[in-house]
Amino acid sequence: MPKQPRPPMRLWRAVLIVPALAALAVPVFNRTAPTLWGFPFFFWYQMLWVILSAALVGLIFLLEERGSQAGNDAE
Amino acid sequence: MTPLPLRPVTLAVFLILFALVTVLGFLGARWRRADLANLSEWGLGGRRFGTVISWFLLGGDLYTAYTFVAVPALVFSSGAIGFFPLPYTIIAFSLLFAVFPRLWRICKRHGYITAPEFVRGRFDSRALSLSVAITGILATMPYIALQLVGMQVVIAALGLEGSGLWADVPLFVAFLILAAFTYTSGLRAPAVIAIVKDLLFYVTVIAAAIVIPLHLGGWGKIFAAVPAAKLTLPVPGPQTLGSYGAYATLALGSALALFLYPHSMTGILAAKSGHVLKRNAALLPAYSLILGLLSLMGFMAIAYGVDKAPQYAAGFATYHGNFAVPALMLAAFPPWFAGVALATIAIGALVPASIMSIATANIFTRDIYRAFLRRDATDAQEANMAKLVSLLVKLGALAFILGLPAATAIQFQLLGGVWIIQTLPAVMFGLTRMRLRAGALLTGWACGMIVGTAMAASTHFKSAIYALHLPGAFVAPGYAALYALIVNLAVSLALSAALNALRTPSGARLDPASRFEF
Repeated sequence: MPKQPRPPMRLWRAVLIVPALAALAVPVFNRTAPTLWGFPFFFWYQMLWVILSAALVGLIFLLEERGSQAGNDAE
Repeated sequence: MTPLPLRPVTLAVFLILFALVTVLGFLGARWRRADLANLSEWGLGGRRFGTVISWFLLGGDLYTAYTFVAVPALVFSSGAIGFFPLPYTIIAFSLLFAVFPRLWRICKRHGYITAPEFVRGRFDSRALSLSVAITGILATMPYIALQLVGMQVVIAALGLEGSGLWADVPLFVAFLILAAFTYTSGLRAPAVIAIVKDLLFYVTVIAAAIVIPLHLGGWGKIFAAVPAAKLTLPVPGPQTLGSYGAYATLALGSALALFLYPHSMTGILAAKSGHVLKRNAALLPAYSLILGLLSLMGFMAIAYGVDKAPQYAAGFATYHGNFAVPALMLAAFPPWFAGVALATIAIGALVPASIMSIATANIFTRDIYRAFLRRDATDAQEANMAKLVSLLVKLGALAFILGLPAATAIQFQLLGGVWIIQTLPAVMFGLTRMRLRAGALLTGWACGMIVGTAMAASTHFKSAIYALHLPGAFVAPGYAALYALIVNLAVSLALSAALNALRTPSGARLDPASRFEF
């Protein structure tokens, strides 16, 4: 069986822990002030992290794409 | 109390949209035509869905009719705790990106169409595979039943609620339509319908997020109308994690469980490539934003005072908080658009219910029928069995809903979450080359199932939150599924390590991981 090519640098993915921690840090965001467009902090903070985490995932995807330009990615 | 009146315009729009998706469901069979007598075609759409279709399919799959009704209902009745799906999806989509493209690739290479099939290949154990298969089926059945609950609420809001035998006719008709197009078209049907459903979903929620605040004088006014205690979680007292523990563990546990559900797995494996999944991990959060707005419809319902309006009293009396969103739609939208909104919920029940029945049928066929009952089954026999099982599963869900109170379905669904997460060690850790032993994983699974069920039973199946008492009189309330998973993992890892330590060097070469092609 031929040795499989090693996957490209996957260390970027460690960054994904940041939005997870931000989303679980309840004491940090469990308050109403400051409000944004009438939304209490509790609600807009978590919606903001949805956007930030999506951006982060997209960025990591692009970085990995660039890293695997060699085309050895079987996916 | 006056019964809910029949609403002709709303009903007409609703019926037109429902008829449209029915036709689409049957036409789905012709889409990218292939031999539907082959299980990977019927049950997995031939693994050909690209980024856009997968986005609609996964979105339609994960954001169900029950979500549409129950999440705002939770915010309506309990406030901030009902917002936990947001952190939950943040974590779930990171996990989708990091873990599941690998599972997709392995399953594609080996031709697997279910998670238990992967487990059977990876660990060379039919017993462990069977445990994953049965857990998947048990967790999905009540979930299908809940979709029908979502539909019942809509039927009531349309004023179609009759009495006696007549009462269940609309639900029965919807069920027949669902069963028929799933049977003929397989996964192609929900994939096509999901496009319509999700577009309607976006239009409805965005319209609500614009129109209702305009009517009520802005978002600030809406939040001001909500009792302050519902705007944040209650601050925990001394010696306890209180609601903080519950919120965080619910989010984390639900995220870990999400893609272990058979219907999520089917959505994932139907993608064309691992790249499609990675792109979707970045694109699916668009649904989470909409989900955030949707859950705030619970507050809109409070600000609108629909629960105090006499014309909706009959709905609230029967369906409690679950009637908040349908009532809000009837109150805030013109009749024709209320029809669109209610159709969105009903169609939103069809897509996941269809995918769930297909996923269950795939598992039964591949992992029980073929693995144990008829090992030499032909492709055609396999596909026929799956079609038959998809019908039986839905019939079971219908009987469940008609025969038992809705609260029972909700309790079983709660247990389903506790159970499905117990397959995590076999499925996710199985993706690594870790030297895990099938016997150890099976023992860990059994321990997790027992501990989780016992925790849920201790609340009389009312709540998924278990108050864990730690030394020093400290209480850590948390999601029972997560606590039970910790027990499961501890047993699986410790027992694997012990069995590996006992093994001779020649035995080490027999480790299934060393023979499995990842």
